[in-house]
Amino acid sequence: MNTLLAIFFYLSTLVFVVGLLARIRTYANTPAPLKIPTTPAPTTTGGVVLRMTREVVFFESLFKANLWTWALGWLFHFSMLLVVLRHLRYFTDPVWEWVALIQPFGMYAGITMLLGLMGLLGRRLLVERIRYISTPSDHLMLVLFIGIAASGLLMKFAVNPDVIGVKSFFLGLMHLTIQPLPTSYLLYAHLSLVCTLMVIFPVSKLLHAPGVFFSPTRNQTDNPREKRHIAAWAAKMESEK
Amino acid sequence: MAAITAPAYRSFPIIPALIPGAMEGAGPYVSSDKINEAVGFPGHLVDDWHDKAIAKMGDLLSKYRSLKVYMDACVHCGACSDKCHYFIGTQDPKNMPVARQDLMRSVYRRYFTLPGKLFPKLVGARDLTKEVLDEWHNYFHQCSECRRCSVFCPYGIDTAEVTMAAREILDSVGYSQKYSIEIIGKVHRIGNNLGLPAPALRDTLEGLEEDVKDATGIDVRFPMDVHGAEVLLVTPSADFFAEPHIDSLIGYAKVFHATGTSWTLSSMSSEAGNFGMFIGNYDQLRTIALRIRQAALELGVKRIVVGECGHAWRVAYSFWNTLSGVGDGADPNDRFAQMLQKQLDHRYRQPTHICEFTWDMIENERLVFDKSLNDKYIITFHDSCNVARGSSMGGYPGGQFEIPRNIIKAVANNYYDMDPSTTHERTFCCGGGGGLLTDDLMEVRVKGALPRMEVLHHVAEDHGVNFMACICAICKAQFTKILPVYGFDRRVVGGVHQLVSNAIKLGVK
Repeated sequence: MNTLLAIFFYLSTLVFVVGLLARIRTYANTPAPLKIPTTPAPTTTGGVVLRMTREVVFFESLFKANLWTWALGWLFHFSMLLVVLRHLRYFTDPVWEWVALIQPFGMYAGITMLLGLMGLLGRRLLVERIRYISTPSDHLMLVLFIGIAASGLLMKFAVNPDVIGVKSFFLGLMHLTIQPLPTSYLLYAHLSLVCTLMVIFPVSKLLHAPGVFFSPTRNQTDNPREKRHIAAWAAKMESEK
Repeated sequence: MAAITAPAYRSFPIIPALIPGAMEGAGPYVSSDKINEAVGFPGHLVDDWHDKAIAKMGDLLSKYRSLKVYMDACVHCGACSDKCHYFIGTQDPKNMPVARQDLMRSVYRRYFTLPGKLFPKLVGARDLTKEVLDEWHNYFHQCSECRRCSVFCPYGIDTAEVTMAAREILDSVGYSQKYSIEIIGKVHRIGNNLGLPAPALRDTLEGLEEDVKDATGIDVRFPMDVHGAEVLLVTPSADFFAEPHIDSLIGYAKVFHATGTSWTLSSMSSEAGNFGMFIGNYDQLRTIALRIRQAALELGVKRIVVGECGHAWRVAYSFWNTLSGVGDGADPNDRFAQMLQKQLDHRYRQPTHICEFTWDMIENERLVFDKSLNDKYIITFHDSCNVARGSSMGGYPGGQFEIPRNIIKAVANNYYDMDPSTTHERTFCCGGGGGLLTDDLMEVRVKGALPRMEVLHHVAEDHGVNFMACICAICKAQFTKILPVYGFDRRVVGGVHQLVSNAIKLGVK
């Protein structure tokens, strides 16, 4: 099983990294021919950085749109961030000090992450408008995250696999050796779901994560009168006439 | 056509329940062969439309980062789902911004993403069938490209960009909308959206000079094609003859007169509007914008001022510099743009909105007003969508909201704002923007005006508001038609410079 999971991990990491970088490259290389920031918009680069920071850290626009979605979404995302950071302890030896420090917070974050996800799923099922726009993959995506969170929490609070063994497995992977993995079906499930997530990431709506940084309505400076903005394909149309 | 009645006001601003299919078949007339071919589009639906449409979509995805990112990034969170005035007014779920985008996103997924090719059902991907194309024609012409949804989207997804792309694909396979394409044809052929030829325009302007002379006793000029004038005024052609638009044109002329500004209109370029934006076609957008560049170069003007027109101001403010070089800051080696930018006077912002011009003059105490002349009006201001969310004024964020209000308060005594959830960047479209200002879309227009009419009704009840000022020719035309359906007098709508015109004192300074 450990060999199988090791291979799955290598492959899914490869798909994740290469897929994501390729996508980011496509976004970066696709021109934005016109100035289309949603105004009022910042007139300086510093202002744009601030706007983007507010958007990414606080979900500013979503906050304006709908408080419930904002609260559940923000809870989910920032809990997940803490949970992911907490998991760095499986990849570092000795464990970095700040990673050790956030361990207890990360634990509770696992619970709030699950709560956020359940709330988002409930919303998707119960609110007529949201149900209308949901595809099967939208529901499955939430189920996938719920599976990851629930299996993780169960291992923390109910069935305790040998975490030292898990850590040596991952440190081994990082040094390109396959170490034994503790026998635990819950652990296998948890890891397989994470691998699945990594594979899906670069071809799904999870691309909203890199996408937001490339969104012209949010990342453009509002200075069209002060500075001429022109895409290469559009400049080709011009002659001196 | 049966008379279209206004939907009932909501007592509470609840989110309406869905009525699937409510606006199926409420879309616009299809353009004829003659109209299409005049602007270089295929006359009617081409035989290989499927392959052509997919190829066009691929082309647009490679040219527009907005489209590329927006096709991928949506997570169906629903933040936008209750923000569109057409959804609120019609309750048709396909008028929810996310659902409108999904009409195209589903096709994108099928042809351009791996999961959509492998598991179409799972990810909501569909083949591009004739039914899908019909749906596009119907629902992408029930979007006014007002961008209200983009304010609330956590990724800034702008449905206007998707609508523009969809319309461009439709045009490229010969399945266009009659109204917009017909108007674009008129601009190319005659020089303005209304098809007013130069002699008719000259007559109108002479008539206006007489009218103003009769009313004020002062010779206010309406010059056309004057070489060497300082200011070229480019204004929506509706200003030349439509009510209440014409009263704002008189206002601009009085401001120029009172400040001693030499100005001119251009017969060749007598249109600020640019329907190229509505159909999302860069070529059309650019070709129409170049008329203004050409007029500016020929007349040798130092400044370009734009009249009260919403989408025209978005095009002028945000796109002119890109399209035609009207602006500042071109690369020194950029000969195309430099040629014009060297001629323009960069002590002023190029282009300048007429409200920026007037407010500047008010701040410099160059204008005198008798505010009591507007006392019969209790005024509110409707932020036009393209000005509010697609442009700015005064060189600082939010100037587009402050400056017009400042002008109103400088020329009139009674002013009240509408509900703040419907003003500034949260403003609701009038219901007739984005190429929808046509009688064949009357049902969409009436229903789409509901959210604005509701809050206008509130300020009318609470404060006795009887005048809604705005700075958009489409808003003015739409409201003139729609207000009576909601029980208001059609003269409740008017321009900001109409109020300026009422109160300005000529021959004082």
